[in-house]
Amino acid sequence: MSEPTLSPTARAPVAANPTPLVWVKTQLFSTPVNALLTILSVWLLIMAVPVLLDWAFLQAKYSAQSGQACREVEGACWAFIAEKHRLILFGTYPYEQQWRPLVSVFLLVALVLLSAWRRLWTIWLFPIWIVGLSAVAFLMWGGVFGLPYVENSLWGGLPLTLILATFGVALAFPLGVILALGRRSELPAIKTMCVVYIELIRGVPLISLLFMSSVMLPLFLPEGVTIDKLLRALVAIVLFAAAYVAETVRGGLQAISKGQYEGADSLGLSYWQKTRLIILPQALKIVIAPLVGIFISMFKDTSLVVIIGIFDLTLAAKAALTDPAWQGFSVEVYVFIAAIYFIFCYSMSKYSQALEKRLAVGQQH
Amino acid sequence: MWLLETFLSTRSVPLVLKIWNDPKFRAVFYQVVAVAMVGVGLWYLISNTLHNLSVRNIATGFDFLGREAGFAIGESAIQYSPADTYRRALSVGLLNTLRVAVIGIVLATLLGTLIGIARLSSNWLVAKLASIYVEVMRNIPLLLQLFFWYALISETLPGPRQALSPMAGVFLSNRGFKIPTVQGDGLTWLAAGFFFAVVVVLVLANWSGRRQAQTGQIFPVFKTAALLLMACPLAAWWLSGSSLALDVPVLKGFNFQGGLTLSPEFAALLIGLVIYTAAFVAEVVRSGIESVGKGQWEAAGAIGLRRGLILRLVVLPQALRVIIPPMTSQYLNITKNSSLAVAIGYPDIVSVVNTTLNQTGQAIEGIMIIMGAYLTVSLTISVIMNRYNARMALVER
Repeated sequence: MSEPTLSPTARAPVAANPTPLVWVKTQLFSTPVNALLTILSVWLLIMAVPVLLDWAFLQAKYSAQSGQACREVEGACWAFIAEKHRLILFGTYPYEQQWRPLVSVFLLVALVLLSAWRRLWTIWLFPIWIVGLSAVAFLMWGGVFGLPYVENSLWGGLPLTLILATFGVALAFPLGVILALGRRSELPAIKTMCVVYIELIRGVPLISLLFMSSVMLPLFLPEGVTIDKLLRALVAIVLFAAAYVAETVRGGLQAISKGQYEGADSLGLSYWQKTRLIILPQALKIVIAPLVGIFISMFKDTSLVVIIGIFDLTLAAKAALTDPAWQGFSVEVYVFIAAIYFIFCYSMSKYSQALEKRLAVGQQH
Repeated sequence: MWLLETFLSTRSVPLVLKIWNDPKFRAVFYQVVAVAMVGVGLWYLISNTLHNLSVRNIATGFDFLGREAGFAIGESAIQYSPADTYRRALSVGLLNTLRVAVIGIVLATLLGTLIGIARLSSNWLVAKLASIYVEVMRNIPLLLQLFFWYALISETLPGPRQALSPMAGVFLSNRGFKIPTVQGDGLTWLAAGFFFAVVVVLVLANWSGRRQAQTGQIFPVFKTAALLLMACPLAAWWLSGSSLALDVPVLKGFNFQGGLTLSPEFAALLIGLVIYTAAFVAEVVRSGIESVGKGQWEAAGAIGLRRGLILRLVVLPQALRVIIPPMTSQYLNITKNSSLAVAIGYPDIVSVVNTTLNQTGQAIEGIMIIMGAYLTVSLTISVIMNRYNARMALVER
């Protein structure tokens, strides 16, 4: 047995302060196979990185009057983004009023950041969310305090994406918790209804729910009652996310040891007292990290509203592409949007990983 | 204590309260209330819908399936023309969904496993590159990636005349990808030989397993199987003397002739699905392998197993238990995510239903068809994977 390490996770031991040469030798050229892999990877990088750098920075054009000037260069046309960034970020919101969606974006981000702060994980989080979301709604709609009214068919871009994700998850959360409790219930009728709902929703794609809410919801309502497009999309997102929240919360409920249930029962607590005071506080704490995961995937999934014609970040990007003076720069726009999505999702997933580690430390006695 | 009991028994408790305090009665009562509430809600929605449908003169029922569809579908695995029925159009859509889902599942598993193992590599550079891939791909919405690939193929690639050719016989152009295929009678013989080899290998594996259990002698099943699987089809083809020709795409006029075409829509959807899902598969594989303790590797090494055998006999069986359930949900995700095809114009079931729905106005039936199709596929995958999982699961005594 000539190989020094057997486990794939174990790395060759490295001195506390290895010299660069030692580091290269242990981390890159420890075995012939490793050396070959290193050479292959370096070759791949040499092939790809200069081309990408050239396209993205060196040959790129940062300012231009029209698309024509951009077509003469080989690199990316960032001038297009500079020209269209307001349309991409805020959609068709009235131009002079665009500070309002901007403030809303900051408010929503602040709300998410506050929720990430562990000292605020108390009952206070609920009023904070209610106040925050109402403030956003008030800012976006306006109509009072001298703010002109802006109807929500004009909303668009990043704030819309954030609104769909935060409102969607905030509304789906209570529904999901109730569904999870229902699925764990001892009452067969309630359990069956919850199981059917959860499995039905999880078995179909979000698109089918979006289609359903956009074409079927108007049929469900009594004659004369109409419901606007944005709200319809939100209903679909909430119904969809609730099933996933429910499954995650159920995982937390199952992880609570039986003794906790029995202890609560022996104190003579009623079902709701037991759930509210003993079970949920512990179960929800376990599932915070996976819930962040659901929030991330819902944030990405809001892009699907494009298909029913709602002006979110992705559709705003496509709208920017329709300008005849600036055609053929779709790669630049998609890279720009992808960067925005990436920044949000990556920071949230890093947070959730760190959280998981810290909470796991608390679990090991 | 007896004082309390006598007090309670002497005090006359009203009958209503007695019944109410019975847990069995309350359980039934709550369930009846819940079912009634849901039932009334559903009845309200259905009655509204029926009323609205009659007001708007929309027909109900699935009679439209037998009528002529009247729209063309870009690509199809079976014969289809606009003169065919809606039923046939929907089958074309379903087959297109299944085609992209099945190929996507196979490719994403291969790529994802490779990247998952690369993340665990002791080579710093390889591990870093793999983790960059995972972080970038899973944090960008799939829909955006599909738009990106579709734009890259249909806008950035040159026309057929200047098509890129990374390998002989492979052409990449804005009309899609062209790859060579094999044609001729020989194909049947190759398939027959392969089938024969599979049967022989199965019998051989069974026999060698029993022999090893009895005598302890090891038969090199893996090498023999590899040899048989390659040799049998070739021998069958050679002995039959049948024809086998490579059908290479050639540029004729404005487009290519021959070979297999992957349309830009199909190619973009497949690339997007595979690259996106592979990032999640990689994480599943990584956490599965990491879940097997270091002690297992060391103990297996201590009894003298080689690295390959350790992986196959000790680590993988344990890792698979952790891997299979999340892998199942990734397979389900690929299938469900293939519905994004509608955004780039690949004619999958959702996009065909969408066209049908716009032509007939029968939204409810259309959406029931979509949901029914996905539920069937999802449940089938779940059942297959649960069977497999049950076979791999720890047998507890």
